[in-house]
Amino acid sequence: MALKIVSTAAQKRFPTRHGWMTAIERFDLEVEEGEFVCVVGPSGCGKSTFLRILAGLDHVTGGDVRIVPGPDPSQPLNNVVFQEYAVFPWKSVLDNVAFGLEMRGVGRSQRYERARQWLAKVGLTRFEDYYPGQLSGGMKQRVSIARALTNDPQVLLMDEPLGALDAQTRTVLQEELLTIWEESRKTVVYITHSIEEAVFLADRVVIMTAHPGRVKEEFRVDLPRPRDLSTMATPAFAALTGAVWEALRDEVTRAMAAQA
Amino acid sequence: MSAAKGGARERVPGRGPLPGWVVPGSILLLVAASSQVVFPLWERAWLLFVGVAFVCLVLVVQEVEPRVPMRHRGLYGKALAFGFPVVLLLTWEWLSTSGVLNARWFPPPSQIAVALWELTITYDRFNRTSLIGRPWLLPERLASDGWAGAVALANESHVWATLSRVGFGFAIGAAPGIVIGMVMGLNRTVRMMLDATMSAFYVLPKIAIFPILMLVFANPFGEGPKIAVVAISAFFLVAISTMAGVQGIDEVYLEAGRNFGANRWQMFRHVILPAALPIVFSGLRLALGTALIVIVAVEFVRADRGVGFLIFYNWQVLVTPRMYAALVVVMGLGVLLTSILQLIERRVMPWRRTPDPR
Ligand SMILES: Nc1ncnc2c1ncn2[C@@H]1O[C@H](COP(=O)(O)OP(=O)(O)OP(=O)(O)O)[C@@H](O)[C@H]1O
Ligand SMILES: [Mg+2]
Repeated sequence: MALKIVSTAAQKRFPTRHGWMTAIERFDLEVEEGEFVCVVGPSGCGKSTFLRILAGLDHVTGGDVRIVPGPDPSQPLNNVVFQEYAVFPWKSVLDNVAFGLEMRGVGRSQRYERARQWLAKVGLTRFEDYYPGQLSGGMKQRVSIARALTNDPQVLLMDEPLGALDAQTRTVLQEELLTIWEESRKTVVYITHSIEEAVFLADRVVIMTAHPGRVKEEFRVDLPRPRDLSTMATPAFAALTGAVWEALRDEVTRAMAAQA
Repeated sequence: MSAAKGGARERVPGRGPLPGWVVPGSILLLVAASSQVVFPLWERAWLLFVGVAFVCLVLVVQEVEPRVPMRHRGLYGKALAFGFPVVLLLTWEWLSTSGVLNARWFPPPSQIAVALWELTITYDRFNRTSLIGRPWLLPERLASDGWAGAVALANESHVWATLSRVGFGFAIGAAPGIVIGMVMGLNRTVRMMLDATMSAFYVLPKIAIFPILMLVFANPFGEGPKIAVVAISAFFLVAISTMAGVQGIDEVYLEAGRNFGANRWQMFRHVILPAALPIVFSGLRLALGTALIVIVAVEFVRADRGVGFLIFYNWQVLVTPRMYAALVVVMGLGVLLTSILQLIERRVMPWRRTPDPR
């Protein structure tokens, strides 16, 4: 399969009052077209930094990070599913979801039609005229997901999209997300703190080290698809989460010791 | 009191049941204190009287609330909100008719109302003005003098004079205020160049530069300087709050805009402008209030028309009921202008109309 994301020896340093602070260094990662990759790592290890670089919201200070463009130049390279508070409170649900298309100059009726399709998939059809202020956190997160998917990017980037939600809403949305993804098989980079979530969603789980952030280990998740809640009850799932946790534990303790 | 028996009744948190004698005692005290007989006893300690009376009133009214059925609670709240000022006015009326207050300086509200009515319907031959420009003469004047007749009527009106000064001044000041504020918010260089200067002018009471403005305009006693001083007051307030609004925009909205491919103009139109609007409008509200203060102050010193003039003139000629009536008009204008702004605000920011359910 073709490579979609290539990061070679990526480095990002931030200037601070006490000199340079290295967030990620010698960060190597390759993601194949159509792959769902979850990144886990201790807090502050540079996950968000890497994702922001991928999204073009920040730049590397060394090395190279790029998304290999697809054959269709009009298809946007990437879109980010931001956390729920990043949906625009001044736009209706429908306009939020159609935002990317509007920016690309897609006509009103066409963009609303496509936005409505995605609203239906995330179960928000009834709320298209609502403003985000009238929605719950889980519903807003659905809007954020639909906003990115409607724009049909080549790569979907998510930084703890479900992190702020309660456990039940989170589980429901994980399942919905998988269902949607299994239809489209888009390339996804997904950051999370939850090992269960990572193993449940991903084809591959990437574990990062802290200070500086680097890829420590990778786990291929061969659980059969389509997956659902029952997947989480299988011994294979338990074995994988156990192994990921083993690999991560040292890093987390090391990171916590460094912060103390 | 029956609080112990009526266990189902809700209580204000942190307030235990009152002893049984409090409510009847309060009622007694209220009646006694407000009767003419006992009143002289209180005369020297009137502030204490007011305090005690208010506390008694609250204690009595509080006992009423749990007896009001839930579906009438909204009405009850409104009744309190409007009832209390009515009680205040009645108290004032009674204090000044009974001679406790000097009616020359504190005329009873009924006299003020009469004065307001008189002001509305009469034409002041000496000053050649009227309060609202006698609109009932409008058809007649239109027929005889055409538009000039209508303009002449508007020109004799105090309310129109003040309204137009505030309206034009506010518009002339706020519009560039928003533009400059936006530019300052968006461009670091411009901000660094202007910020200190703007802050210096911001703290200057604009009324202090009125004499300069009188020199600047060809007719120092005309409308020019008056409108200009309002405009300048509004400008700095609006510019500074707009800048703060733009700078305060959450970075995440800008990143979302960029990530979805917004170009510069789209970014401004779809992200920056709506995100800054709430703060812009709070600046506009502030500026409107200030505009009214400034114009009344200016009309005190340099005007032959306008509500500020009306207040000051009637103070000078010692017609206090009319002075108070003019104060009422200023309050009315304040309410009117603020509600117009609110109307626009709701139009422009429909997403703020519906409160957050959480
Ligand atoms: N703009 C910045 N300036 C300076 N330092 C920064 C900046 N952004 C991030 N950092 C630093 O880079 C490191 C990595 O930050 P990053 O946000 O990528 O961590 P993260 O892995 O996403 O953490 P979390 O899991 O808590 O979200 C942190 O130590 C952080 O302090
Ligand atoms: Mg992060």
